[in-house]
Amino acid sequence: MALTKASLAEKLFNEVGLNKREAKELVALFFDEIGNVLESGEAVRLSGFGNFELRDKRGRPGRNPKTGEDIPISPRRVVTFKPGQKLRSRVEENAGTE
Amino acid sequence: MTKSELIDSLSQKLWMLPLKDVDMAVKTVLDEMSDALANEDRIEIRGFGSFSLHQRKSRIGRNPRTGEPVMLESKQIPHFKPGKELRDRINASKNEIIG
Repeated sequence: MALTKASLAEKLFNEVGLNKREAKELVALFFDEIGNVLESGEAVRLSGFGNFELRDKRGRPGRNPKTGEDIPISPRRVVTFKPGQKLRSRVEENAGTE
Repeated sequence: MTKSELIDSLSQKLWMLPLKDVDMAVKTVLDEMSDALANEDRIEIRGFGSFSLHQRKSRIGRNPRTGEPVMLESKQIPHFKPGKELRDRINASKNEIIG
């Protein structure tokens, strides 16, 4: 089962003692805020977890893989996630051991 | 923006909650997300994106100092795929700045 906003809110209700409405609001705001900061052009660095960074990609010639038609790919800004060392080592240690 | 700046900013919007609750909640959210990935679960946040694990094959690397070949085991690494809404918002913000 994938972790979702609902399961995160449930955890805050059970473990932090927020009421259900507060828990739901906090989880929604958490992801909204990260999105807003990225949209404003600033990276988000969450120590222990990882960094959300922005990269500006130049335009390049592309093509429709289905039709073979040439279509230019416009310059764009994308977000990338760089997992932190702590998260990387937790995943490497635990994953694949089940 | 750092984790503590994020906590401060959320705390201003959630004025009815004590700062220490917001602080604990943010840390709990990040711990839960790390736990999920460590347990090989996916994370799916609508509008924001999803996190999953990508498999890296084992390969022969080199010690950059000595040039000596080193066997690197296969491993899994966390991967984030931004959702369409986030992707579009971020890309649109670039156009605004340039245009």
